[in-house]
Amino acid sequence: MASEKIIQVTDNDFEESVLKAELPVLVDFWAAWCGPCRAIAPVIDQLAEEYDGKVKIAKMNVDENPATPGRYGIRAIPTLILFKDGIVVEQITGAVGKAVIETALSKVV
Amino acid sequence: MLDVLIIGGGPAGLAAALYAGRAQLKGLLLEKLSPGGQVLVTDFVENYPGFPDGITGFELVDKMSQQAKKFAVEIKNGEVSEIKKEGHGFVVILSNGERIETKTVIVATGATHRNLGVKGERKLTGKGVSYCATCDGPFFRDQEVAVVGGGDSAIQEAIFLTKFAKKIYVIHRRDELRAVKILQERAFSNPKIEFIWDSVVEEILGENQVEGVRIRHVKTGAISDLSVQGVFIFIGIEPNTTLVKDLVKLDDRNFIKTDEWMRTSLKGIYAAGDCRSKPLLQIITAVAEGATAAFAVQHDLE
Repeated sequence: MASEKIIQVTDNDFEESVLKAELPVLVDFWAAWCGPCRAIAPVIDQLAEEYDGKVKIAKMNVDENPATPGRYGIRAIPTLILFKDGIVVEQITGAVGKAVIETALSKVV
Repeated sequence: MLDVLIIGGGPAGLAAALYAGRAQLKGLLLEKLSPGGQVLVTDFVENYPGFPDGITGFELVDKMSQQAKKFAVEIKNGEVSEIKKEGHGFVVILSNGERIETKTVIVATGATHRNLGVKGERKLTGKGVSYCATCDGPFFRDQEVAVVGGGDSAIQEAIFLTKFAKKIYVIHRRDELRAVKILQERAFSNPKIEFIWDSVVEEILGENQVEGVRIRHVKTGAISDLSVQGVFIFIGIEPNTTLVKDLVKLDDRNFIKTDEWMRTSLKGIYAAGDCRSKPLLQIITAVAEGATAAFAVQHDLE
């Protein structure tokens, strides 16, 4: 089950929900046809629960929202980008274990 | 204390869980991501018996997980950081600090794609360099891409990429392919695929995006640059065996050595699937080994 704490972002609200957010935001760029995106999903769910109130965890479907992935030069998914104050702090490509993502998150919390 | 801890939720681990569950062993399967392993990134599986029309990697893994859960041992999300021998069993430590005691361990940690190890590869990973055509192929619609390798994976992925890219160059270090004949025939007859034989990639070019590859002809030494927007690398795999490298015997390529019962050199540790030293790395061999390992655990505990 997907965590209710995960927010879905689109090209339209990316500026508002991610770049101007008060908390750091981790965005998971994914698509339905992507196996490793599916593999990483339970880890993203856990992080959303564990970092509630500290980091916003968001997902963006790259099929429905082509502009933002283009802007960040994303040509592989899953890609995780950690934003703080609208700036890219860390970018992780491919399915990685929880520990790798937590190392990245430790830079902002 | 558990009877068996299975590490890894690909086909080998899921089959081991199924057999351990049906043998009513007290067990647990740990997977660091979601179950499936490398099968999750496989577009279409045509060589697994029972599915005459083929099956997507997604579906096959779903069915295996469902079947394992029906009988089996619990399947949990977790990443193992250390295995320690203690008394007659083992203590397994997870990355979150949790400790699990178990009589036996089945290592089904699989393998990971190998990197080319050339300049530009790491910098441009995710920016045109890819190890998964099913994930990233759609980003290269109507573009030109290179595929590096000549085995089953390379050729299957090159054929898959013809759905999106307008041109696929397969760069291979030899003058013939290792891939099975049926895949070779499909690739040779596809007008979008062009072969660059006897050649290796020396560098991946581009600043923020892949712009091309620098190729060296291995017989003449000639260097040339090929303009492509994507590079897909399928040059084999490396076993995920760091966790057990000091516990059990590995072969010269770091795959785990076992006997035909899947027992490793250390009593109580078994190995199955792509992390094991063997001639054929396939789903069909992985599941057979998972089943055998669970059977061996049951036998050895009695």
